[in-house]
Amino acid sequence: MSRDGGSGSGGADGTAAPRPVIGLEIHCQMTSLKSKLFCPCRADYRGMGPNENVCPVCMGMPGTLPRLNAEAVRKGTMIAMALGCAIPERISFFRKNYFYPDLPKNFQITQLDMYGDTCIGGRGSILVDGGAVGIRRVQLEEDPGRMIYEGASARNRISLVDYNRAGTPLVEIVTEPDFEGPRQLRLFLQMLSDMVENLGVCNPALEGAMRADANVSLEGGNRVEIKNISSFHDLEKAVVFEIARQEAQHSRDLEVVQETRHWDAARKITIPSRLKEEEKGYRYLLEADIPWVRIDAETVESLRSRMPESVSEKRERFVSLYMIPPQVADVLSSDKLYSDLFDAARTDRNARELANIITTDLMGLVMAAAATAPAADRDAADGGDAQKKKRDDAASDVISVDGLRELADAVASGNMARNSAKQALHEMAKTGKSFAEVSSEMDLGLVSDESELLGVVQSVISEEPQAAKQASSNPNTVNYLVGKVMQKTRGKADPQVTLDLLKRCLSEG
Amino acid sequence: MNHSSIIRASALEYVRGVTSGEFTAEEFLSETLSHIEEAEARYNAYLHVEDGQKLLARAREIDRGIKSGQKVGLLAGMPVSIKDNICMRGSRTTCGSRMLEGFVAPYDATAVSRLHAEGGIIVAKANMDEFAMGLTTEFSAYGPSRNPWNTGYVPGGSSGGSAAATAAFECVASLGSDTGGSVRNPASFCSVVGYKPTYGLVSRHGLVSYANSIEQIGPIARTVSDAALVLGVIAGRDEHDDTTADAAAADCGYLEGIEGGIEGMRVGIVDEMTEGADPEVARAVERASKDLEAAGASCERISLDMVGYSVPSYYTITAAEAASNLARYDNLRYGYDLSVDGYEFNSYVAEARGRFGPEVTRRMILGGYVSSAGHAGRYYLKALKVRAKLTREVADAFASSYDILMAPTVPILPFRIGEKSDDPVSLFMVDLNTVTANLTRRPAVSVPYAVSAGGLPIGVQMMADSMQDKTLLRAARALEKRRAPLPEVPD
Repeated sequence: MSRDGGSGSGGADGTAAPRPVIGLEIHCQMTSLKSKLFCPCRADYRGMGPNENVCPVCMGMPGTLPRLNAEAVRKGTMIAMALGCAIPERISFFRKNYFYPDLPKNFQITQLDMYGDTCIGGRGSILVDGGAVGIRRVQLEEDPGRMIYEGASARNRISLVDYNRAGTPLVEIVTEPDFEGPRQLRLFLQMLSDMVENLGVCNPALEGAMRADANVSLEGGNRVEIKNISSFHDLEKAVVFEIARQEAQHSRDLEVVQETRHWDAARKITIPSRLKEEEKGYRYLLEADIPWVRIDAETVESLRSRMPESVSEKRERFVSLYMIPPQVADVLSSDKLYSDLFDAARTDRNARELANIITTDLMGLVMAAAATAPAADRDAADGGDAQKKKRDDAASDVISVDGLRELADAVASGNMARNSAKQALHEMAKTGKSFAEVSSEMDLGLVSDESELLGVVQSVISEEPQAAKQASSNPNTVNYLVGKVMQKTRGKADPQVTLDLLKRCLSEG
Repeated sequence: MNHSSIIRASALEYVRGVTSGEFTAEEFLSETLSHIEEAEARYNAYLHVEDGQKLLARAREIDRGIKSGQKVGLLAGMPVSIKDNICMRGSRTTCGSRMLEGFVAPYDATAVSRLHAEGGIIVAKANMDEFAMGLTTEFSAYGPSRNPWNTGYVPGGSSGGSAAATAAFECVASLGSDTGGSVRNPASFCSVVGYKPTYGLVSRHGLVSYANSIEQIGPIARTVSDAALVLGVIAGRDEHDDTTADAAAADCGYLEGIEGGIEGMRVGIVDEMTEGADPEVARAVERASKDLEAAGASCERISLDMVGYSVPSYYTITAAEAASNLARYDNLRYGYDLSVDGYEFNSYVAEARGRFGPEVTRRMILGGYVSSAGHAGRYYLKALKVRAKLTREVADAFASSYDILMAPTVPILPFRIGEKSDDPVSLFMVDLNTVTANLTRRPAVSVPYAVSAGGLPIGVQMMADSMQDKTLLRAARALEKRRAPLPEVPD
């Protein structure tokens, strides 16, 4: 029951329910690293047979010791910085002791702020949809193996363990309970997956690479932890469901029980976890096999200088440097494929037109091409990777960077109308021809020759006497007539020349 | 002894003899192997002896190398043994436990690969208290080892097999591991040299962890110089162990300057470690300090208040770490045959762990308790505070006044097998003088000094500051040189 429940301000009286309080714990696998957190096995185990990606260290064989992956520390520091966290002078690792078959050592090596701030990052804050979301801490830890259950009934169930994943580097991001609602949650997760991809840490498209648990409560009420959420898409649904469930409880004056609930993706509801809540007896111990790692100011500075531009920095650059409208910049900056293409084909003059071509025409063409491309010849287990590659391939099939630049240059310099550019792009994508070939074949050049246009303008005026009459008093009518001229020339008429001609003819007439 | 005396050679004598052609590596090994066969019936120092034919083939290779002038390594075919908690590829590694009865290590410990690289021939895996918990080898699941000086007595522990084997000429030198005195204690009881290096000097990769924040692999040998030779082979930075010290600081060549003497060094004799000692033991340390003064050192008494709290702190910390380190033995990924009928994880693990012996079980239960959420503040965290204070006290002593701290290695004389095995707390107190070096990560050595009226060995312990291993070896060598001649180990 909420703290003020006793005062009679319950939902039953028609008072609005208290506002939801949402916090997240996100586990992001560092799939772009070469090796696991403490041994040389591969960080991305996908597509391998069971227990093929293991060694004595990640199998917890007697006598083995963890060897900290220095690149994981560097990338973890970058993520922490990107989330506005303070970077501690030195970091340490701890053992979280508990027994589970997927845990080769029966403890997990993780981070903790037991002796001062020694996690890779802490106390950060990031602006999402106009509101600040606090980052409590960012920590490095190892992923456990994976349990697979076979057999029809519980009685003859077989438990199998695959340790390929054991020791995969994870960065865990724990937020403050600052989210105001599902929309902010969604934007944050989108921003975060863009960020980790952009930093070369993780490919978020890989199945299971990014996982999240959510803590949901109504202000003043008990906290419910939701686990078993397999995608960010489901996370939002689970949170929406859980808020509704708690509000329903609240309106009936029922106390929300503090518990762990699981997301049932098939039924789209949260259900109480079957496992009994065990006492949190993790007996944390400092991991003495890993000496404290000093992260000096020099290291931080050199990492900062190596950090790729963030999505928000990129958006800012697109808007302020190239005068791209904010909505277009949003779309362009949040997708690495297209923002890279933009930066490769961009000149100071063509930037605006280029952004326009990419977001209004090219994205649709690439999506269509990727959808019809034959399935990539890859193992099903790397689905996400294969899909991304398919899209990248489709983009380079549709148009080359040079072709894109020439197209945008032609529009920006006034040599081609936007409409014609669209046709040219489709033609280039369909035939694979160069811009020069397509523009000469299709006669897509802009008609700006007055003598050529005059006849068309005059015929439009005679065909539209009503409009021509009104045009002197109503500028919108002039635009209507410009449109008619465009129609007749299939979009090739230079709009400025057409407008001038129309105005002249009408005033003369 | 019925065997020819060549196997009584020290390590340095062995290397000189084999490289000068006085005897061959094959002869020496062959003598050692047949001696092992006969001696093992009395001492039970080894858990497994490696295949003799394969070992002899390697010795012949070394001999050919010596003849043709090739490099054969610093150890040149020397027979050595290693404690059974050190992994050797393809060889059984049981840690003296039934829990790992059939476990064959899939890789070499760094110390093992370095011994091999310098031409060492590892003849056997030595007996030990289960998972190195104990100081008598009576907690070995495979029966206790016996003290070569008197087979009714314990050889000390937990590296009791290594010390007994070295004392009884079943190898020239051995590797033990020292968590709270496990190299020095049996060395003292068996009248051999036991060396515990500065923490981080020797790689622990392949040493099965018991209390990983304080333990080190260390050599057991018949002379201080032999220990220095073996230390030089196994020490140094290892990419498999992030806690190893940098190459420059862990420079080998521990024999270099070892004869430099103790003149001008200041030696502190620790009150708290001598006061309650057996009178014969206390007198030995007094004589040792006179020897050192005669050699030019200055000796005085020093008090270290925190030593009185060291044993409870040590047992609290090691138990907490042991409970974590030994949690992996759930019999899921390796281990022994155990039916999985009606498998349920928790009950399966509980049953599997029933194979741990009494001392391991005791310490794991203790460790789980002292580090648990409700009790860590009263026990584990307090133990860490004691450790920090003790470390400061010891560091101050070295910084302000002393090069060496001296005491008996063990405050009492070796005792009979079975005499103390039912009294764990009184056994714990036997560790009083050795745990300080581990808790403070300092190097320490036990040097054979005397034999009691009853014919039992007495060792003297010396400790130095971190990374002052060369200084420590020099001081130990000075004591060894000055001491009155020791009797031979009885046949």
